[in-house]
Amino acid sequence: MEDKNIRLDYRVILDMVSEGSSILDLGCGDGELLRLLKEKKNVKGQGIEIDEQAVYKCVAKGVNVLHGDIDSGLSGYRDKSFDYVILNESLQQVVHLDKVLEDSLRVGKKVIVGFPNFTYYKSRFQLFFLGRTPVTSALPYKWYQTPNLHFLSISDFRDYCRDKDINIEDTVCLGFKRRVFVLPNLLANTGIFLVSK
Amino acid sequence: MKDNSIGIVSPQLFTFAEDQQELVLKSGKKLGPITLAYETYGQLNENKSNAVLIVHALSGNAHAAGLSEGEEKPGWWDDMIGPGKAFDTDKYFIICSNVIGGCQGSTGPASLNPETDKPYGLEFPLITIEDMINAQKKLIDYLGIKKLLTVAGGSMGGMQALQWVASYPEMICSVIPIATALKHSPQQIAFDEVGRQAVMSDPDWLNGNYYGHGQPQKGLSVARMIGHITYMSDESMEKKFSRRLKDDNYTFSFSADFEVEGYLRYRGDSFVKRFDANSYLYITKAMDYFDLSQGKLFPENRNVDMRFLVIAFRSDWLYPAYQAKEIVQQIKMKNIDATYCEVKSTYGHDAFLLEIDEQTHLISHFLNNVYEDVEV
Repeated sequence: MEDKNIRLDYRVILDMVSEGSSILDLGCGDGELLRLLKEKKNVKGQGIEIDEQAVYKCVAKGVNVLHGDIDSGLSGYRDKSFDYVILNESLQQVVHLDKVLEDSLRVGKKVIVGFPNFTYYKSRFQLFFLGRTPVTSALPYKWYQTPNLHFLSISDFRDYCRDKDINIEDTVCLGFKRRVFVLPNLLANTGIFLVSK
Repeated sequence: MKDNSIGIVSPQLFTFAEDQQELVLKSGKKLGPITLAYETYGQLNENKSNAVLIVHALSGNAHAAGLSEGEEKPGWWDDMIGPGKAFDTDKYFIICSNVIGGCQGSTGPASLNPETDKPYGLEFPLITIEDMINAQKKLIDYLGIKKLLTVAGGSMGGMQALQWVASYPEMICSVIPIATALKHSPQQIAFDEVGRQAVMSDPDWLNGNYYGHGQPQKGLSVARMIGHITYMSDESMEKKFSRRLKDDNYTFSFSADFEVEGYLRYRGDSFVKRFDANSYLYITKAMDYFDLSQGKLFPENRNVDMRFLVIAFRSDWLYPAYQAKEIVQQIKMKNIDATYCEVKSTYGHDAFLLEIDEQTHLISHFLNNVYEDVEV
């Protein structure tokens, strides 16, 4: 996807999913990603979102959305109901991460996970030299207002997948404005993984 | 009159199930002839693809919007139905009919039994939500509509909407159940039973044969008072009444000191003037019998190609959000496109009649989308 007006992580996800597939977006926010997926990839999309105002925005965009939390959002769906389950910028905010990821892999044939890389060099700098909890473009919250419950790095996630026998089919690491190919655990502020089990 | 009102409307009557063609009810009993009172708003388009069926709650009727001749109070969902409103009469053709068992134009226990030429009273057969919508189906057929754009309603209206899914899934493009449940819980049955006992223990009830003698006023009014408590929330009652007194001081008697007492009495009394006590018994029983749990919402081997908009309200303790989530759970198992919203409201169950902005936003966008897909 070349459209520069579209958020970089959205462009990556748009490239990852195949045309006409079915998608469950967990923590879909205002539904923009699902709207784009529907417009550009003709997907059949369903979102789950906890914030009521965001639900109204989804509805205004014609996006199907279920108001509720991700932790209980997957119950009810049959195995492999969706081609893709997307957890973009939401996995680090769920309480039972293990369970949610496991359930996502059950419900989706493939899962797309995007999260802020905690060991981005700017974070390391703030932590090491300034002795402060890092605040970066991908982790924009102060320590007292962050919705994030889990702080992980790209390498952490790779280890996790290895330990849990999760196949990593594709990885795209992003810096502030473009893809990062060299030393992603240091130079990327966001990691997007396509995984399956 | 507000300029976005549809103006003066009048009910129409549709009679069927005559001459050996009686409707077979869920109980096995037969009912006929049956008259349905209904109103329509807006214009049916050429393809007959813009028809919306509105289904009413326990005490509702066919008069959902606009003004009846000589009346000042508009229909019960007038805020939602009209030009530019959630159910936009410039775009959609809206139908609303009074349920069977009701008392506002449709055949019910107060209607004349053709066999005796007297009001049915308790001779009227017990009915179910399924029977109600089987009757509605006849009306929709009569209007020449093959597929409804949506069926929408709150509370018992929501049950009817869900029953349409279970009974005639091929006939609906979408469904909007609001503040409702797949089945009545024991608590809901309990409240209904207390209401029925209030009616039946009134000596004026006369075993249902009070026609010509006057309604069992006390019993029906108490039933309605209980109902109204369940329709509000602790918070909405605090806001509406607090402990305010009707006069400045306690009377040290059992007259209505508190505003809330006066309100309930007023509601009870005005209900008696417009609603038949036997209808109250029959309709609440129909709600109690309702149960589409355990996979009954989506019948096997039937094509279910529709979209759902499920709405619940946070302070609704009569039909709590967990019941809406049970509906959502069924939808998920079928992997059907759906939107669910738990609207933050303090109004309790009444919210489906009062939270207009949020519902308008949800419904107008949802319906617009469904309509676009149909028209493509």
